[in-house]
Amino acid sequence: MATSLNPSTTADIVARANALFEDLSFSAARAWKDAEPGRKVVGYMPIYVPRELIHAAGMLPLGVVGGGDQLEVIHGDAYYQSYICRIPRSTIELGVSGRLDFVDGMLFPSICDVIRNLSGMWKLMFPKVYSRYFDVPQNYRDEIGGNFYVNELAELRHDLGELRGKPITDEELHSSIALYNENRRLIRELYAFRAERPWQAPATEVYLMVRAGLLLPVEEHSAMLRDYLAATRADERPMRDNCRVVLTGMFCEQPPLNLIKSLELSGCYVVDDDLLLVTRWLTGEVATEGDPLRNLASAFLHHSESTAAKYEPNQKEKGQHLVRAVKRTAAEGVIFAAPSFCDPALLERPMLQHVLKEAGIPFIAFKYAENSGQMQPIREQAGTFADSIKLWSGA
Amino acid sequence: MTTPNTKIVTSKAPAKEVIKDASMLKQKEMMAAHYDRLTAAPQTGAKVAATFVPGNLNELVMCFDLVNNLPEVNAIQSGLRRVSGSYVLEAEKIGHSEDVCTYVKSDIGMMAKGNIAPNGKKFPNPDVLLLSYTGCFTFMKWFELLREQYKCETIMLHTPYMGDGKITKGMIDYMVKQLREEVIPTLERVSGVKFDIDRLRENLKRSSRAEDDLVRVLQSAKAKPSPIDAYFGGIYYIGPIFGAFRGTQDAIDYYRFLREEVEERLANGQGPVTPDGDMGKEKYRLVVEGPPNYTNFRQFWKMFYDEGAVIVASSYTKVGGVYDFGFRHDPSKPLETLAEYCLGVYTNRSLPMRIDMLVNYINEYEADGLLINSIKSCNSFSAGQLLMMREVEKRTGKPAAFVESDLVDPRYFSAANIKNRLESYFQMIDQKRSGAHAAA
Repeated sequence: MATSLNPSTTADIVARANALFEDLSFSAARAWKDAEPGRKVVGYMPIYVPRELIHAAGMLPLGVVGGGDQLEVIHGDAYYQSYICRIPRSTIELGVSGRLDFVDGMLFPSICDVIRNLSGMWKLMFPKVYSRYFDVPQNYRDEIGGNFYVNELAELRHDLGELRGKPITDEELHSSIALYNENRRLIRELYAFRAERPWQAPATEVYLMVRAGLLLPVEEHSAMLRDYLAATRADERPMRDNCRVVLTGMFCEQPPLNLIKSLELSGCYVVDDDLLLVTRWLTGEVATEGDPLRNLASAFLHHSESTAAKYEPNQKEKGQHLVRAVKRTAAEGVIFAAPSFCDPALLERPMLQHVLKEAGIPFIAFKYAENSGQMQPIREQAGTFADSIKLWSGA
Repeated sequence: MTTPNTKIVTSKAPAKEVIKDASMLKQKEMMAAHYDRLTAAPQTGAKVAATFVPGNLNELVMCFDLVNNLPEVNAIQSGLRRVSGSYVLEAEKIGHSEDVCTYVKSDIGMMAKGNIAPNGKKFPNPDVLLLSYTGCFTFMKWFELLREQYKCETIMLHTPYMGDGKITKGMIDYMVKQLREEVIPTLERVSGVKFDIDRLRENLKRSSRAEDDLVRVLQSAKAKPSPIDAYFGGIYYIGPIFGAFRGTQDAIDYYRFLREEVEERLANGQGPVTPDGDMGKEKYRLVVEGPPNYTNFRQFWKMFYDEGAVIVASSYTKVGGVYDFGFRHDPSKPLETLAEYCLGVYTNRSLPMRIDMLVNYINEYEADGLLINSIKSCNSFSAGQLLMMREVEKRTGKPAAFVESDLVDPRYFSAANIKNRLESYFQMIDQKRSGAHAAA
């Protein structure tokens, strides 16, 4: 297991992550695939897939989260009406333009109807690529939702085994689970560090570090996280008079990096967020002994993130994850940032806002698209929010 | 049997006579009786279960003497009565996004404005929200939003999506287990009525009989001319079986009556009845994908029948159950059949399955082409429709067209745009026909 990429400065590590982020040809994943004959790459979309299964098959899980603000969408718009969010059209663009031509499989998780229907579109448009809608239970009892989920996992395990030409063993799965446990532990450490010293780990850097995890082999990514944590801890960066905010609603279509930067420039330290949840979806260690699928199912049912794509069976618990995040990170407010036309984020928002109102937590809300270019209104809104928190929060 | 058309005058259009089939009038009476039963619940002591059309488990709900209330149907009623626009605005005023489903906003706005039913009386609060999560992501959030307001028990019944185009044993087991261990015990607790599986079997038997007749009615459109309009008219036909009547004797009676009425039209070589009376000569036969617009329903329909266009099959009339490929509720396996029903509804089918259905309709019903009415606030239907259109064109060689509107938000109904597109589409069909004749 790689322990360190190459001890280097924070700037070097961030530059490497940024290069990965900007590379719309997925060169790193292509290089990984080309390095040994027979290697395969399996793409996945938000919000969560058990990457352990892909890894255990000796394949590279590749996060596909749209085309961002640098991809010119030429063909993708022809597949979607104007009132549908950006991520499916830029994902189609990535596919149609050949940028994903090295990908051997695509997983479309249960998150919303748009991604669900995209799974069928992919089957039609790329019939030679293995593609699967990956369903997850909305019932959280082991003997009901758990059994269903174990079946889903078993089917995926079987399919991936077929794809590589050899079944996936329990040992391979245990080993992959252990690697992802470590990766999630490092991500949690990074988030905790940022919550403690946000000026040392700016939101854009944290985002790039986490995003790299969608593109690199997990071993390499864990090494990068270790290096970044060590390097940024050693740095001394000036602390600004920013307020502390939790960012929510960005779990699927990604905001432009500029948007995250703008929030910090306007006076908000992001101390928690729901970006790229796949990297920390499971909130505890997954057992590495016994039935690996049962272990993954149990973690999913009982120790996973709360988000709009999941049903909350207990009304009293609705939105409390956000209140807890605010308390845990000593945040002073919440920013609801949702992609335009995002059903999960926008339908969920009023309920979360009611909970925050009751808890006396201030918030603002705006919408974005992955290709939003004009940041001035967002900067002004966030700046005013930060000022109001500083001026009035003690009143 | 003679079923003369009846002229009635609506309060909204005093100068215009609306022609309705006898079956439409019968259905109107059924719906009125249902709303009266629903709004009288506080007086009668009846308990109310709110649930959804796709994945509607009316046979099961009736086992507990619960009255079924369907918020989607209420939103449709609000749309038809032209009050949904103000409800949608009210919901947006209290924080709901302009981007989300207008059924939800119509429902929430209606609650905010007093929750008045079509009969002018107040809707009762539901005693239980039966969240039959089938084929639409929004359903989950909708009932979480309602639960926040009503603070009542909410039961999640999760229907897995048919992403690979098949129903697996794992899916059925999962659903049956949810029914057995979550849905039924909670309904027993809320209603105070013990579950009786034989009662469920009887209800299912009745469903199956009504489903047979519904299919006969829908398939009558294979005839030329078609005696029915399977989209605009079809929406009336599906009302009882998609709503609160599946599994009742009323439904059996209604569908027998409807079938006889349609068979008579068929025998007489008549086309469909429209709000303006018998449709003239059938010139175009279309298949329609997607829900209609309800705020301008008659205006929309008129754009078709004025041009002699009849809809011979539609996907929307399968949203509360797909029966025309053989599925019937089966009393010999009561819980499994409910699971299969939920799994098979149109919006729970993968995109390739949906395309197969549309292609099948175009071929079987000898249609001239496909029209997609794409709904702004319904991603379950709309996402992917442009690819569906291309695929259907490719596989059938028939032209397709695309119009856009919304379910119950009048702001998104642009009559001029839709009419222009339809006129161009009909011209396209004409050209295609003349090209075919010339080639022959």
